[in-house]
Amino acid sequence: MRNTQRSQKIAFFLLFLSTLLIVLPVGLIVVIIVQKGLPAINWQFLSDIPRQGMRAGGIFPAIVGTFYLVFGAIFFALPIGLLAAVYLSEYAKDNLLNRIIKLAIINLSGVPSVVYGLFGLALFVVFLKFGASILSGSLTLGIMILPIIITTSREALESVPQSFREVSLSLGTSKWQTIRHIVLPNAIPGILTGTILGLGRAAGETAPILFTVAAFYLPRLPKSVFDQAMALPYHLYVISTQVPNVDEKVRYGTALVLLFLVLVMNLVAIIIRYNFRKKKKW
Amino acid sequence: MVKFSAKDLNIWFGQIHALKGVNIEIQANEILSVIGPSNSGKTSFLRMLNRLNDLCPGFKMGGGLEYDNADIRKLDVEVLRKKVGMVFALPLPLPLSIFENIAYGVKMHGEKNRQKISAIVERALRQAYIWEEVKDRLDVSAFKLSGGQQQRLCIARTLAVEPDVILFDEPCSGLDPISTAKIEEAMLKLKKDYTLVLVTNNVKQAARVGDRTAFFLSGELVELDKTEKIFTAPSDQRTDDYIRGKFG
Repeated sequence: MRNTQRSQKIAFFLLFLSTLLIVLPVGLIVVIIVQKGLPAINWQFLSDIPRQGMRAGGIFPAIVGTFYLVFGAIFFALPIGLLAAVYLSEYAKDNLLNRIIKLAIINLSGVPSVVYGLFGLALFVVFLKFGASILSGSLTLGIMILPIIITTSREALESVPQSFREVSLSLGTSKWQTIRHIVLPNAIPGILTGTILGLGRAAGETAPILFTVAAFYLPRLPKSVFDQAMALPYHLYVISTQVPNVDEKVRYGTALVLLFLVLVMNLVAIIIRYNFRKKKKW
Repeated sequence: MVKFSAKDLNIWFGQIHALKGVNIEIQANEILSVIGPSNSGKTSFLRMLNRLNDLCPGFKMGGGLEYDNADIRKLDVEVLRKKVGMVFALPLPLPLSIFENIAYGVKMHGEKNRQKISAIVERALRQAYIWEEVKDRLDVSAFKLSGGQQQRLCIARTLAVEPDVILFDEPCSGLDPISTAKIEEAMLKLKKDYTLVLVTNNVKQAARVGDRTAFFLSGELVELDKTEKIFTAPSDQRTDDYIRGKFG
C-alpha cells in the first residue's frame, strides 16, 4: 500500500516537473523580451518609418506589412483549406488514393519553411510574374499554412457526432444541407483553432517571405498587392544580423511588437471561438 | 393498404449477412412491433425502410423492397426520408433551441413564412404531447429538457415534416417507466394518421402497443402474426422461447 502511494507521489512529481519545464522557458522568453523591449516602445516607434539606416525611427511599415501578409495568407488559405477539409471528411471515400492525399497533407505541414520560400519564388515570383510582392508573399504563406488549416478543420468536422448527421438526413434533408446547417456550425470552434495556429505561424515565419516579398528597407507603405513590403520577422532578422550598431532595445522592441501582434490576433480568434463554444451543448 | 413490401430482402455489411431472405408486408395505419435479440437484424431492417443503411460503408442489398408500390432504390432518397421519418434509440436533439429543432426540417424543405413555421411547430409539439411542457421556453436549448421530453421532442421533429410512416428504433431504451408510458400513449394516438414501425428490446412494450409483431432471429424473420397470437400461441418454438425469456 505504502509502495503504491510512494510511486504515485513520484509520478505526480515527474509529471508536474515536466509541465514546469515547458512553462518556464515560455515565461522567460516573454519576461526577457518585455523587459528589454519595453523601453523602446513609444508612439514614434510604432508610427514612424525607420531612420538612420534602421537604427532609429520606427517600425510602422513592418507592422503594416505583417498585417497585410497575415490577412492575405488567411484570405487564401482559409476558404480553400476549409473546402478541402469538407471534401476530405464528408465526401471522400475511404480508399487508397484519399488515404495517400490525407497523409501527404499531414506531411506537408512538416516541410521546412524555407522550402516553401523557394517554391513561392519559383511559382509566384518568377513563373507567374507577380514579382516580389505582397501577393506572392501572401500566397506563399497561405500555401505554408494550408496543411495546418486542412488538418485541424478535418478533425473538427469529423468530431461532430455522426448521430447529428443521421438525424438531419432522416428528416429528408440533402447531404449539403446537413453539412451546411448542422456539421459546419458545430465545427467552427475547431476550425478557428486551426486558423489561430496558421495565423501565428504566418506572422512569425521569415524564410517564406525572404524571397517573395520582404524588403530590406522600404521607408513607405505599400500601395498595392504588387508592391514589396517590410515585415516584422524579416526586419528583426535584418537589424539583428545585417545592420551594425543597432541598439539592443530596438531589436527587443521589434520582437515585443511582433509578439504582441500575434497575441492580439489570437485573442480575437479565441474570443470568437469562445462565443461559439458557449452555444455548443452536447 | 400495403405501405412497405419486402420480397426476399437480403442485406450485407461487408462480409456480414445482416438480413436473410426477409418477406414482409407492412400495412397502413398499423403499429408493427419488431422484436428479437441483439444482432437479430431488426434495426438493420428498420434502417432499410428509410435507406439510412446507405450511409454504412460496405452496405449492399439484394431482393426487393417497395414503398407505396415503388422500388425504394428508384425513389429520390430525400423524398423517401421525408415520407419515412425516424425516432432514434437515444434522444438526439440537434444542438439548437427547442423551436429550431422542430423548425429545422420544415425550413430545409423550403418553408420561409415565419407564421406558417410557428404554426407547424406548435402542431407538431401538440401531436407529440409536449406542447404544454415547453410552450413557455421554446427558445431554450433542447439539451435543457429531460430525457423523456427530449425523446418526445424528437417525435415532434419527425412529425413536423409531415411524414407518412414513422420508424421507432428502441425509442424508450433510455427512459423511465413514466416517460415510456407517455411515448406509448403518443404512439397509439398517432396510429390513426400514420403507419408506425417499432423496434424494441422490451417484449412487453411490443405486446402493449403492436397490432402485429414480427420476430427476428439471426437476420431471419422467424414469425409475423397478430400480436395476441404471437404472445399466446406462437407457431414457432423459437418465438415461444424468446418471449418467455429463455434466451436473448
